[in-house]
Amino acid sequence: MGIELKCFATLARFMPENHEDYPVEPGETIRSLVQRLGMPLDDVTLMFVNSVRSDLDTEISDGDRVGLFPPVGGG
Amino acid sequence: MPRILRINCRTKEYAFEEVGPYVNLGGRALTSRIINKEVPANCHPLSAENKLVIATGLLGGSTAANSGRVSVGTKSPLTGGIKESNSGGLFAHKMPKMDLLAIVLEDKPAQEAPFSTLFITDEKVEFRNADDIVGMDNYPAHDKLLAEYGDKLVAAMIGPAGETLRKTATIQFTDPYKRPARSAGRGGTGAVLGSKKIKAIVLDPAVNNKVAAVEADTFKAARTTWVNILKEHPVTSQGLPGFGTAVLVNVINEAGALPTKNFRYGQCDHAADISGEKMAETIEARKGKTTEGCHVGCVIQCSQQYNDKNGDYLTSGFEYETIWAFGANAMIKDLDDIATMDRICDDKGMDTIEIGNTVAVAMDGGIIPWGDGKAAIELLKKVGTDDPMGMIIGNGVVAAGDAFGVDRLPVVKSQSMPAYDPRAVKGVGVTYATTAMGADHTAGYGVTANVLGVGGTVDGHKKEGNVELSKNLQVATAAIDSMGFCLFVAFAVLDSENGVQTMADLVQSYTGNAFSVDDLVALGANAMKDEQDFNERAGFSKVDDRLPRFMEIEPLPPHDVTWDFDENEVQGAKA
Ligand code: SF4
Repeated sequence: MGIELKCFATLARFMPENHEDYPVEPGETIRSLVQRLGMPLDDVTLMFVNSVRSDLDTEISDGDRVGLFPPVGGG
Repeated sequence: MPRILRINCRTKEYAFEEVGPYVNLGGRALTSRIINKEVPANCHPLSAENKLVIATGLLGGSTAANSGRVSVGTKSPLTGGIKESNSGGLFAHKMPKMDLLAIVLEDKPAQEAPFSTLFITDEKVEFRNADDIVGMDNYPAHDKLLAEYGDKLVAAMIGPAGETLRKTATIQFTDPYKRPARSAGRGGTGAVLGSKKIKAIVLDPAVNNKVAAVEADTFKAARTTWVNILKEHPVTSQGLPGFGTAVLVNVINEAGALPTKNFRYGQCDHAADISGEKMAETIEARKGKTTEGCHVGCVIQCSQQYNDKNGDYLTSGFEYETIWAFGANAMIKDLDDIATMDRICDDKGMDTIEIGNTVAVAMDGGIIPWGDGKAAIELLKKVGTDDPMGMIIGNGVVAAGDAFGVDRLPVVKSQSMPAYDPRAVKGVGVTYATTAMGADHTAGYGVTANVLGVGGTVDGHKKEGNVELSKNLQVATAAIDSMGFCLFVAFAVLDSENGVQTMADLVQSYTGNAFSVDDLVALGANAMKDEQDFNERAGFSKVDDRLPRFMEIEPLPPHDVTWDFDENEVQGAKA
């Protein structure tokens, strides 16, 4: 079992086919994940792990739900 | 010299006055001052003593980017408190070209009096017979006005909801694409116009006096800096124009704060089906427009035109709040059904936030099934008719709760909550609790620091820092509304070193009056004080600064957070 990965808005084009069950290595962080997906680090500003606001150094592991966003706003 | 136009809707007399005591005010600061000074706080909102003020901001008529928002002020039929409702459209930039700072509608004729269309030129006001558009929906009625007054029409109007004095009634404004698609949505301002028997207000297309900045060169320089600030921030240059405000559906859902099934859950299983990404994809496939401005001079362009399955225009200004209210809170999955309801709300002239919440309450009361978009559409169509169900729905959440026996009512001061569950976004919850407007996200958008990481970071699940966050944002917002800026400039301003200074520079060079950053802050704080003062005299006290009890005792999944502020703790967010 891997992670449930979602990339939103302008990052959607980086979403891998197997995003619903995306394999991660032990010790994986959002930073290493983002690099693996080929996203420019600067473009990822909002990240959630299991619905909690996180940062690039947050560790992720199997079964987690990960959401990545560029800067967004609205109202 | 800009003037204030006062119109007596009973005697049909009018006067163009000097601004007098209202000098150096604009937009919300002006509407709230006039209402606080001139309207008895304890009057009935639909009585002759209430007034309706339409005002342009301090930068109205200028070429500063995103400065064309209009303020509508009155005593609200929905909340019983003061109200400023803000809209795009062409009105605010047109008023200064007629030397108008504000239009104040006073008194009212007998209930059986016919509706009029007010035709305003730069020296006179005519009450014209409105028989040919009375009872009509806003789009067809607006088309008739276009045929009569021509392509340069700039109008404000009410639909059947306003004519029948419903508490959700909006005032709709002509947009740059000749549609009545921009609304002063919240608080039932349209019912006040309806009580005064005014169906539409038309500003004479022939009058177009030149408006120029007093200090032209300084203004030009500040204007360039201003555009750069907006163009350089990723939210105002990419996120909003690309996906509209609905880009928030996925973010707020991921954060566990998207109110779902009448505020039972913080996440919605079908969020992807109603997201900004899905909306943009649908618009592109049907050759609509993903990007447009709600007024001339908007460089952010968060609005759009949404076509139906046949590729025909259906609606525009299709907002996050609307999509959330019908889509997540009433559990409707079909984006076309939601777009149809947005259109019906514009046509009838109803607030989509209040109506979306009302539909959820109707579902909670077993009137129609959860998620049934087609049944909801039929409910909405009844508003403005003499069907009692339409009368209930058109009066909003509290009326529907009373009628249907539902006790789960997400309201503050009788106004229903927008698309952020305050249990998980406490910064905006403090604003819902304390603003004089009733539950209102635009009055102090704590979502910025709580969720979006704009203007710093404050934990939205904990109390710490959220009262202060809300207060700072409430003051800033009142100032932004008073200058006539679109609130979305705040995303860029909050992250920009010279953003606030540049706004002050724009006002000073445009008006020729000294205007510092301190003056800007005072403008916002004083507007709030006027609003608080009016509400206190109308009978509100700090016990009205509470959120509904169910939010204190029912934890919100997935974070299982509750609302744990009491009314004393949030008082610091007031001016
Ligand atoms: S950003 Fe959106 S709301 Fe603001 S002025 Fe532009 S279109 Fe209107």
